[in-house]
Amino acid sequence: MLLSSDDVTAIWLTLKLASLVTCLLIIVSTPIAWWLARTQSWLKGPINAIVAMPLILPPTVLGFYLLLFLGPQGSLGKWLGNIGISLPFSFEGLVIASMVYSLPFVVQPIQNAFAAMGERPLEAAATLRSSPWDSFIHIALPLAKPGYISAAVLGFAHTVGEFGVVLMIGGNISNETRVISIQIYDHVEALEYGQAHTLSLLMIAFAFIALALLYSLQKRSKSTSLIGSL
Amino acid sequence: MVNRQSTNRLEVKLTKQYSEQSGFSLDVDLHIAHTGVTALFGPSGSGKTTFLRCVAGLERSPQGTINLNNEIWQSRDFWLPTHQRPIGYVFQEASLFPHLTADENLQFAIKRANKSHAIITYDEVIALMNIEPILSQYPQQLSGGERQRVAIARALLIQPQLLLMDEPLAGLDDVLKQEILPYLEQLCRRCRIPILYVSHSLDEVIRLADYMVVLNKGKVVEQGETQNLLGTLGTSFSKYQDASVLISGTVEKQESQWTLSWMNFGSQHIVFKQGNEQLGDTVRLRVQSKDVSLSLSKHNDSSILNKLSVVVDDMEEDQQDPSMVMVRVLAESTPILARITSLSAHNLKLKKGQSLIAQIKSVAVLS
Repeated sequence: MLLSSDDVTAIWLTLKLASLVTCLLIIVSTPIAWWLARTQSWLKGPINAIVAMPLILPPTVLGFYLLLFLGPQGSLGKWLGNIGISLPFSFEGLVIASMVYSLPFVVQPIQNAFAAMGERPLEAAATLRSSPWDSFIHIALPLAKPGYISAAVLGFAHTVGEFGVVLMIGGNISNETRVISIQIYDHVEALEYGQAHTLSLLMIAFAFIALALLYSLQKRSKSTSLIGSL
Repeated sequence: MVNRQSTNRLEVKLTKQYSEQSGFSLDVDLHIAHTGVTALFGPSGSGKTTFLRCVAGLERSPQGTINLNNEIWQSRDFWLPTHQRPIGYVFQEASLFPHLTADENLQFAIKRANKSHAIITYDEVIALMNIEPILSQYPQQLSGGERQRVAIARALLIQPQLLLMDEPLAGLDDVLKQEILPYLEQLCRRCRIPILYVSHSLDEVIRLADYMVVLNKGKVVEQGETQNLLGTLGTSFSKYQDASVLISGTVEKQESQWTLSWMNFGSQHIVFKQGNEQLGDTVRLRVQSKDVSLSLSKHNDSSILNKLSVVVDDMEEDQQDPSMVMVRVLAESTPILARITSLSAHNLKLKKGQSLIAQIKSVAVLS
């Protein structure tokens, strides 16, 4: 076996982190995406920009401010400290940081899917005595399914690939915050190129499979896309 | 026939200020009997779709009031959301839910229908729209006409007290239109559901509507029973090249030897090509003004079968074409329009009250 037990631990930790972050992000992103896709408020531009900022900012900047914010002197960190919770350099802190880091990758596909279906299916549902909530569950969510699949794949893959944010706020604690990318960094620092290769090639294979899956799904959903045929 | 005295009625008062964005204003105050088929007729941009969307609650008119049979849907300080209004709505595009099969689309309506107000059963709707064979298919597998039939079926199964139809045929080509029109006629004649039908097609309106409201630039310009309005001079209809009147009566005789039927109205009759109507049925015939000629005496040496005794009632010059006049004659109480040359009118010395023979070259059976 080419992988050390530390490598396997890092892989499991990474998968656990990415799965949890993706699930939480899908829940958090749905109302944001719904609002952004339908609002005519002037706040749409600024909120869109805030959601998209992690796309541009260096992860170190995000990590730096999250560290200050969540740290013992930070506004949230202080309050959490009072009830005995400390987030920096913990798995939970990493989950929160990763959610911020991957937010645009989950919000935007869902937002696009909601925008693409337009007003009509919801109007039709309303004339069929379907309440707004009923229409959302039975019409909007199923119609946005391709967007949700893209969002899940992108959110998961992007979380697996993070490094800078982890380094700033997670540190390097085995089975707590030492994810694959940190483990590779450690191997390279220790000149263990063989092990660095193994993990890196795994990451390349994973990235390829995730993107290939995504594009083939998108292509299929376009050819059978019903949104256009409404 | 529509009962104008009915207390059951839809009262709509809507105003929308002119906006540069939409390019029109709306200012209507309508009381429509809540029975039969009422057509909202007018050119595009006349506000008829906006009117319908306001009735459905899909659009807001800030100072509007809407009530159906004294049940308030909208007033100064009250707004009943669309999903609580007892309506069915057929959009110009079928707007079926693409992730559901035709039947699942119908089930969506059935699950949410007002069960205490059931007027039509699933089986009746399926038969009426003839959609049994396509129920298991997805919308994108259906033709435009089939999609629209499923959409109409879906709107019926919500058991509406008022069915709103927004140009349901406008998105279809002529072949599909002819395919769906008979279903719509069946629907209008057989169903007990009052219908508000928006269209810019005179042909559809003549075939379907009992009562017409003509809109132009957001205002009601004419309204009345279809038959009366079509037979009146000075309306927007008498100016049409293909101005027509409706004559309705009962089938009193059929001669299969000649494949002809005789329709009785008053003491006169009109002969028309036999279709699938039965003796005693009520039929509506459309007579185009250009197919009607007038003569002073009855010619029995002509190939034309339909010769009615009529009395001249009124005349109107064609504004666009000074060589033509439109003459309104009465066959007993039924108005008929004849589009003839001004020269003929002069030669015949037409004047009000004069007795004539109207020869009708062809008639079209509507239902």
